[in-house]
Amino acid sequence: MKILAKWLAMAVLLCTMPAKAALDIVITEGVDAARPIAVMPFQWQGTGAPPQAIADVVMSDLVRSGTFKPLDELGLPQRGIGALAQFDANAWTNVSAEALVVGSVKPYGADQFLVSFELIDLVKAQNQALKGSANPTELLMDSRQTVISATQFRQYGHRISDIVYEKLTGIRGAFLTRISYVVVNHSQKAAYSLMIADYDGYNEQMLLRSPEPLMSPAWSPDGRRLAYVSFENKKAEIFVQDLYTQVRTKVSSFPGINGAPSFSPDGKSLAVTLSKDGQPEIYVIDIATKAIKRITNHYSIDTEPSWYPDGKSLLFTSERGGRPQIYRVDLNSGKVTRETFEGEWNLGGSITPDGRSMIFVNRTNGKFNIARMDLSTRFMQVLTSTRLDESPSVAPNGTMVIYGTTHQGKQVLAAVSTDGRFKARLPAGQGEVKSPSWSPFL
Amino acid sequence: MDLNKLLKAMLVALPIMAISACSSTSESETDAMGSTSGSGSELNGGVQTGGIGGMLSPEEQQRQELEQLRKEHIIYFDFDRSEVQTEYAAVLEAHGTYLVEHPSVRVLIEGHADERGTPEYNIALGERRAKAVAKYLQGMGVQPSQMSIVSYGEEKPLDFTRTDEGFAKNRRAVLVY
Repeated sequence: MKILAKWLAMAVLLCTMPAKAALDIVITEGVDAARPIAVMPFQWQGTGAPPQAIADVVMSDLVRSGTFKPLDELGLPQRGIGALAQFDANAWTNVSAEALVVGSVKPYGADQFLVSFELIDLVKAQNQALKGSANPTELLMDSRQTVISATQFRQYGHRISDIVYEKLTGIRGAFLTRISYVVVNHSQKAAYSLMIADYDGYNEQMLLRSPEPLMSPAWSPDGRRLAYVSFENKKAEIFVQDLYTQVRTKVSSFPGINGAPSFSPDGKSLAVTLSKDGQPEIYVIDIATKAIKRITNHYSIDTEPSWYPDGKSLLFTSERGGRPQIYRVDLNSGKVTRETFEGEWNLGGSITPDGRSMIFVNRTNGKFNIARMDLSTRFMQVLTSTRLDESPSVAPNGTMVIYGTTHQGKQVLAAVSTDGRFKARLPAGQGEVKSPSWSPFL
Repeated sequence: MDLNKLLKAMLVALPIMAISACSSTSESETDAMGSTSGSGSELNGGVQTGGIGGMLSPEEQQRQELEQLRKEHIIYFDFDRSEVQTEYAAVLEAHGTYLVEHPSVRVLIEGHADERGTPEYNIALGERRAKAVAKYLQGMGVQPSQMSIVSYGEEKPLDFTRTDEGFAKNRRAVLVY
């Protein structure tokens, strides 16, 4: 109940934010394991109403990371402080948090603001308080100052989160990233929309709307382009769309399936599934020249190509063993090796950015869930317990997986940490949401 | 949903149609003869006139039945399977006959899957189902040039309940003229 109250307080906080997220977050598991952290509302040093609450963005990011749980600000021993100079170590001895984020916002010319923040080491502060030795400069883990415009508050909040997260975990934060996904709303004539939003569902933008299905968005490594499948011409075709200029290029329109695009790590090629020669097979298309190279050759289904980070091999799903399983093909030798053996089906695989594990969809006892396999030990762990899980996409820092699932008869997005401890649902307002794809670092 | 009704109606209608396909010829003959004699009337002087009623030739009769069958244009499949079940032979027979008789008519065969498995795998599965139907029709003499195929995988479900019954309705091939 205490936890619930805390989250309710959090929810109220989130609701008071001026911007609106297209995707909410409902954390279903993993709050208890998260590390407590203190985030102070940033001190407003101007007149009139303060601008957007930047600390709320930081708090929300840290919650969504699954690694941290911000303490209720009402329970913090000091309140209203904006810098280390105002920090009193003796007051914080009983606070069970490892760090404190404080900051301030000051008007800085027309429509400009000076934002400062400091990350204070509470463990050291508590040690100092115990020993009676005060050395404030030692407590400063990081501090930054930046001038931003009124529209950049959320963005800079994510930037602060990135710094805090990396400082405390040693892992690069993925808060300045985006996701793309497909929304299906049958009450509209053009029911299928390809959307893009900040990773937390804010700043949602429509990239393409169509009366026919849109599928499989995939990011280019530079985060500038999106490849996807559109049925706008009553057949599957692969397009690449520039996110800034909106220029669309049709890359593949062969008879049959043109599907499952995946950008090569150098951004020059797409691995795709084509059935122009009979069964669905894996091909690599040079985006500039449109030259295609066939990679697999088997009478069963081969699909869902995904690149190894080194660009030398592809993972793919194949039915060559009788049921869908994940295989690896070496692009130089063409040699194929089977990667998964556990469970009835394994499909939709991708390698995590560190190259150490694979995330995929596992079917066991007829249930489809997201799973992870350690590539060196071959140990497989089923991460989720939601229904009809599909389309897993890994955050660029490898800590989180966003995927499509079904909740109360509706397709929604959900997230799970790659260690399986943190689980959240990302309910959307209207329609069904599917095919999420997490951007690279932007 | 309407589809549920359609499915049930089809299950009932198919065997009945199959039965009537065998017995209808004799029935129509009796009808025709009956109408011939019925239309005749005795006039003064003992002469009789004869006329022809709305008699359907066996071919016409069959055409009507096929037309009826062609109103059924959805074939359902088992989970992760793409073989055409024998219960759909009559429906495909009707479409095949029509297409063979009308070489200029083209048909689009849509393949669909239920929502289990990944969207990419289901696109492949949907194509396999559409191809199984195309192959069946080709076996009856329908020209490949008359048929085109598109797989929508799990992207266009007919039933959104995501129950076993719903899944069954979504695993389908649809003939679109």
